Amino acid sequence: MLRFALRRILQFIPTILAITLILFILLNILPGDAALMSGDAQDKGVDPRFIEEMKKRWGLDQPIHIRYLTYLKNLAAGDMGLSYLRREKVSGLIASRLWPTLRLAFAAMLIAVSIGIPLGFYSALRQGTWLDAFSMVGAVSGVSIPQFWLGLLLMFFLAVKLPFFPVSGYGDGDLKHILLPAFTLGVGYMALLARTTRAAVVEILTTDYIRTARAKGLSDFLVNRKHILRNALILVLTTAGLQFGSLMGSTVVVEKLFSWPGLGSLMVDSIFQRDIPVTQGCVLLIILVFLLVNLAVDLLYAIIDPRVEYR
Amino acid sequence: MAVFAPWLSPYHPIDHADLMHSEEPPSRAYLFGTDNQGRDILSRVIYGSRISLSVGLVSQGLNSLIGILLGLTAGFIGRRWDDLVMGLTNIMLSIPSLVFALAIMAVLGPGLINIFLALGLTNWAYSCRITRSQVLFTRSLDYVVAARALGYGEARIMFTQVLPNIIGPILVVATLGVAGAILIEAALSFLGLGTQPPTPSWGGMLSTAREQLFTAPWISIFPGLAIFITVLGLNLLGDGLRDILDPHTTRQRR
Repeated sequence: MLRFALRRILQFIPTILAITLILFILLNILPGDAALMSGDAQDKGVDPRFIEEMKKRWGLDQPIHIRYLTYLKNLAAGDMGLSYLRREKVSGLIASRLWPTLRLAFAAMLIAVSIGIPLGFYSALRQGTWLDAFSMVGAVSGVSIPQFWLGLLLMFFLAVKLPFFPVSGYGDGDLKHILLPAFTLGVGYMALLARTTRAAVVEILTTDYIRTARAKGLSDFLVNRKHILRNALILVLTTAGLQFGSLMGSTVVVEKLFSWPGLGSLMVDSIFQRDIPVTQGCVLLIILVFLLVNLAVDLLYAIIDPRVEYR
Repeated sequence: MAVFAPWLSPYHPIDHADLMHSEEPPSRAYLFGTDNQGRDILSRVIYGSRISLSVGLVSQGLNSLIGILLGLTAGFIGRRWDDLVMGLTNIMLSIPSLVFALAIMAVLGPGLINIFLALGLTNWAYSCRITRSQVLFTRSLDYVVAARALGYGEARIMFTQVLPNIIGPILVVATLGVAGAILIEAALSFLGLGTQPPTPSWGGMLSTAREQLFTAPWISIFPGLAIFITVLGLNLLGDGLRDILDPHTTRQRR
């Protein structure tokens, strides 16, 4: 088990390295002169000598591979550079935005898991009933609905028409402020989990061991819980982990819509301001969270499913 | 609808801006109402379908092309090339597509061609994976072995024997991919990084509609509904295709 965990963690490193390389190359061929964008340059007007000086100060005069190596070296020490515009450490900027995003993402996941999995489970057990039809229509709609539109509608009906919830913002981190954005973010994920769970359970229902379990007189409750749910969860967990990435991606839109002070809205702002170190840091962190969740899923997988080989 | 937009639309989507009738609720003259500049929302929704569908089709076309080529060659050539392609695929899968597209749009700047590229270069991993796994399965089948015995070249086997036989699952992935691309384009335009005003695009319309949510909520309803129905249709088509093409699930799913 320990060796399996270690192996998975070691596989993590080349992936991260490759991603930093792709991002670095992508974002540093950005047209438009970054030196011009810094606060000082805008104060003093455009003087070519000044631009040279700024480039030197930001280390932009060096060839790109040296810049990448410097970037990696600093990154390993937790230093993501300085924001071009705000003169603050990117790591500090991001750290203050990380917690709201994580809260939002996990709240969304909680909503999705606690509704999606039971819904998929029961519709599989009651195939062809109105519950099944209703939840599967809901599921395919949930996958298809644009999140920002759903968010707008929720905002309109539950915050403007009927003032149950605040329209947007973080508040003091209370439950009222997080419910609408978390639900908006979670709907697609919920729909996906419901579909996956249903498909998994339907498949398990046809297997021999379920027939055996029923034949030996086990109660429905036991069969459902021990034989079906547990086996289905193994399949669902994989999808849940893989799709967590699109959930993290969607935080960008949902945060922007609800003025949520997280990584996603920081990222969009930094793109408009051409603040490359901040964009780079945000993208990297969003991916990192996603990869860590998947690592956790893999390890969990090994715990739940004894058949996983600890190669 | 996208092709016949000029004949279907009651008004011009950009030039017909009647400021006397701005932010009017749906009426007989303006079926879906008007926006803040007095433009007819119905016409703009109809024209917006051109952007959404072209983004969906072009970018997914690009994705399928890249994915199929890489998947086919990875499955056929194997070894080093296979490792390289699969490594790259796994990395692509670990970057959320919206975030990736945003990063590319940040580099290229807004615009329709750039959206084609941003979405067309980032979502080929699914096509690639499914193609490769189908190739690995098909490669040892009798008809491929027979073709090889007849002395067909590798490239000829790849494109005339294997590809036509595995196109089904690839088509399913592509259909769902078009739906996904439309959603991402809408999100990009909503964030202001996609198609720029005054070009009518569904996401862009929603972006401006947000400011008038209190005074004119109908501006938000129709473009969103258009996205929803289009994507829903594509997803149902993809599901249907899968049910028809995959003998495993035909019995069980319904």
